[in-house]
Amino acid sequence: MAAVHDHDIAHAHDHHPTGMMRWLTTTNHKDIGSMYLWFSFVMFLTGGVMALTIRAELFMPGIQIVNPEFFNQLTTMHGLVMVFGAIMPAFVGFANWQIPMMIGAPDMAFARMNNWSFWLLIPAALLLIASFFVPGGAAAGGWTIYPPLSVQMGMGMDMAIFALHIMGAASIMGSINIITTILNMRAPGMTLMKMPLFVWTWLITAYLLVMAMPVLAGAITMLLTDRNFGTNFFNAAGGGDPVMFQHIFWFFGHPEVYIMILPAFGIVSEIIPTFARKPLFGYSSMVYATASIAILSCIVWAHHMFSAGMPVTGQLFFMYATMLIAIPTGVKVFNWTATMWRGSMTFETPMLFAIGFIFLFTIGGFSGVICAIVPIDIQVQDTYYVIAHFHYVLVSGALFSIFGGVYYWLPKWTGHMYDETLGKTHFWLSMFFFNLAFFVQHFLGLAGMPRRVPDYALQFADFNMISSIGAFGFGFSQLLFLYVVLKCIRGGEKAPAKPWEGAKTLEWTLPSPAPYHSFETPPVVR
Amino acid sequence: MSALQANSVIMKKLLIFTVVMFGFGFALVPFYEKICEVTGINNLLQADTLTENTQVDTSRWVTIQLDANTRGLPWQFKPLQSSVRAHPGELVEVMYEIRNDSNREINGQAIPSYSPQLLAKHLKKLECFCFSKQVLKPNEVRQMPVQFMIEPGLPADFDTVTISYTFFELGSDSAADTGERVNKS
Repeated sequence: MAAVHDHDIAHAHDHHPTGMMRWLTTTNHKDIGSMYLWFSFVMFLTGGVMALTIRAELFMPGIQIVNPEFFNQLTTMHGLVMVFGAIMPAFVGFANWQIPMMIGAPDMAFARMNNWSFWLLIPAALLLIASFFVPGGAAAGGWTIYPPLSVQMGMGMDMAIFALHIMGAASIMGSINIITTILNMRAPGMTLMKMPLFVWTWLITAYLLVMAMPVLAGAITMLLTDRNFGTNFFNAAGGGDPVMFQHIFWFFGHPEVYIMILPAFGIVSEIIPTFARKPLFGYSSMVYATASIAILSCIVWAHHMFSAGMPVTGQLFFMYATMLIAIPTGVKVFNWTATMWRGSMTFETPMLFAIGFIFLFTIGGFSGVICAIVPIDIQVQDTYYVIAHFHYVLVSGALFSIFGGVYYWLPKWTGHMYDETLGKTHFWLSMFFFNLAFFVQHFLGLAGMPRRVPDYALQFADFNMISSIGAFGFGFSQLLFLYVVLKCIRGGEKAPAKPWEGAKTLEWTLPSPAPYHSFETPPVVR
Repeated sequence: MSALQANSVIMKKLLIFTVVMFGFGFALVPFYEKICEVTGINNLLQADTLTENTQVDTSRWVTIQLDANTRGLPWQFKPLQSSVRAHPGELVEVMYEIRNDSNREINGQAIPSYSPQLLAKHLKKLECFCFSKQVLKPNEVRQMPVQFMIEPGLPADFDTVTISYTFFELGSDSAADTGERVNKS
């Protein structure tokens, strides 16, 4: 062999290929975790460019930059790319890096399948992006791909459906891997109720994924056959029912929003105790709260459809069931607050993002409860109020926890400390511009501005301008994040094995950077 | 080895679960139809029953516009009168006519649509050609009645409503042939 690496000598049995082949063929959970994280960051920037194009168009009333057809494609693809390309793979990246290290396992249970579930994402992402360039353009019916629009559109819709199929299959494979790893490969002595909360939330998320993803696959398969093979599941012209698609879609879609937030809860539950230097308050109640959120998430789907036509009994059921979710979520927020209570808190970047998460996610949670109330929902349905609500839970919720998690574990991943000043700057810029972009959208929504429109009435002009300025500020702040991460990878202060004195979980017993192979002999947990 | 076996046991269980959930997605289709049928939502193809004596509200008139469309089949389809005026609570009968312009036998199914949407709740249909499929031989013409009543509960601010029918062809690929209901093949 021409190139013999240091660790090849240390591990004589391990001679992996170099260069591109190393990444194509790798079965190492750390390599795959890194690839997931980079993939999701690239998709985050892609979806971000779409978002900024949308905000640029909405900067002023009138049509200035893009035509309405393309605008619709942008809103649709922004949603699909961010949900399936950015947020979900980022959490799978965290799972790959962290779960084996946190439970003391040498790798994921099915290492080769792990490689597959990552590399499937690439053709799916290419299909999604390429659909902009086919006749008729990309899917433009909203990320929820409701019929009848999705039955009528051009081949961009078929490409989006295939992309969703592939990403769904990848997610299911990833989830099977994660469940098996967690159930079978924990270090001796680590009982389920001793697992770090991040592992718990991912275990529950993975179960939600294997439950919900196949239902989406079924729904979009029906859509595909309606479009191409003359079936009439949703095609009203043939006796099908478009509203049925909404039911099946949201049967997947609502668990999906918890798939995107439960791992965030897990990350925050690791960060808060570390920087408050206290054990997590109410560990077991956190576990039960996570599980009850997951179970409740399966019976609330129709709150997305209050105005689609439903008996009052149904509306009341879905309204109360939805409001019930506020209880376990409230338990979590109280537990995090109680963990910080009288703790010896320090405010490094991960902690800032975690606290920012609690503040802003709670705002998003409250506007969620407001949206759950049927008479209010009928008013704010399809307005910017809903946009503001789900960006508070997905950007300042899921995304902030991802940033926090990256800063928290970067020293372990790279062996270097990140630049704390720049990290804090990134946080404060993100915090300021995020709220500038999205808080005013509550007002726009309450004033009646509909979503998914490229133009609007003049009275919405000022708030839209503020929102666009915020969006551009937020977008460009993320380039600072890229710089901080690259700088940390390339060098910086050497990180000790345990850079955070309050950290308790197993990965901090490993040296930094974590060796390519870790815990080949399982640690014993007492 | 036993660890590997334990892993593959879990994988098999989860794969089976995945396949079951994929099937569940499709099972939601008949489930949804059943729910709609049991709860009486979407029962476009069944006759309503008048349970109690309804008082005719002679204090106001409702204009009912009649609309007819075909989609994808070579039929002429029209109401014999473009609109009728009736009091809420009054039993009304209107006639529609279909004619098969082609030289083959065609099965058609009419699907109703109401404007405003609210009308669906207050319209009671006792008889309709849309309750079953219609078979027309080449060049056959048929006149068909619709018997209905608009309940006095219809809010007073609606003085004009529209009842619209669209005929769809029931072909070999749509598998709907019982006439009881339109199958989603």
